[in-house]
Amino acid sequence: MTDSDAGNGDDALDGAQREPVSPVELFVAFTLLALQGFGGVIAIAQRVLVEQKRWLTREQFVEILSLAQVLPGPNVCNVALMIGDRFFGWRGAFAALGGMMVLPMVIVLAVAALYAQYAAEPVVAGAFRGMSAVAAGLILGTALKLASALGSNPMGVRVCFLAGATVFAAVALLRLPLVLVLLVVGSLTCAFAWSRLRASDSGRNASR
Amino acid sequence: MTAADWLILLGHFLLLSLLSIGGAITVASDMHRVMVDQMGLISDAQFSASIAIAQASPGPNVLFVAVMGYQAAGIPGAIAILTAIMLPSTTLALLAARWGHQRRDWLSVRSFKAGLAPLVVGLLMATGWILATSIEGWHHLLLTAVAALLVWKTRLHLLVMIGAGALAGALGWI
Repeated sequence: MTDSDAGNGDDALDGAQREPVSPVELFVAFTLLALQGFGGVIAIAQRVLVEQKRWLTREQFVEILSLAQVLPGPNVCNVALMIGDRFFGWRGAFAALGGMMVLPMVIVLAVAALYAQYAAEPVVAGAFRGMSAVAAGLILGTALKLASALGSNPMGVRVCFLAGATVFAAVALLRLPLVLVLLVVGSLTCAFAWSRLRASDSGRNASR
Repeated sequence: MTAADWLILLGHFLLLSLLSIGGAITVASDMHRVMVDQMGLISDAQFSASIAIAQASPGPNVLFVAVMGYQAAGIPGAIAILTAIMLPSTTLALLAARWGHQRRDWLSVRSFKAGLAPLVVGLLMATGWILATSIEGWHHLLLTAVAALLVWKTRLHLLVMIGAGALAGALGWI
């Protein structure tokens, strides 16, 4: 994966990349995207930050998300922190994280206060089931969309597919502990990526 | 609940924060052990309702921790326990991101990022799968598949899809 900041021919990247103008804009943007994120915020974060705001390329989003996923803590909160920090330092980090958390927390506590009264209603329970089913689909669709970013991965598409499928099977089907899966598969893929990158770097230096 | 109990509980959540790789939901089983089994702060039903409420509300799913704190000790409980679960991981994430971004040209940092990228896709698929199969029955899987296809191939607004799911569920179709 190259670190060039320019987009490289992708349907979402037909225009120029942009940047937020202030921490306040970050706070508002993350509040709005958090309020649209039912059953998780990753799907809406990808759509808003990459496709609408164009603050990040699809590749940059995958990079940040992968770091956010191997570090402890809620993934979307780590993503908000890192994006905010990249644009405005710690002020941006707290603006983005605050936007993600403050208003949604007020809402979720209000729902908690109401829920106890209406949880037994079949209509309410059914609506919750329907929303959960769609939320699962949103996450799966986002995964399929982000898979296209792997086209520029130095390991090649086949190895990426194999690694992704292995992780899916280990976590979703075998229900193995996440730490174990990441350590084993991650150390193999990182070592392989290292050897491929080193080979391509030395090839580039030799041709200079 | 005494002040000492609170210190023990918050201390435990500070520790769990550093162990919560993959999100706070991955250490939820240990929260259950402490809050329900050991301290009896909330009931089993309150525990699972906390997760369902956070999933059905907008915002990050980690807010289920705030709901548990609210059920145990009102709004101060919600704020205290959410802060405890967020503070260590947030600090670590910020430091690690800065360290990595300053060294983004290093071969080791580039290898780390490239090596982990396909794992992210696999993990997201796993999360979607676990969420979809945790709902009883199979009718809803059609809804899940259609939503996945629409997100992948169209720009239909995500709230429209969530709303359609809520309506289909409320009408008793799934």
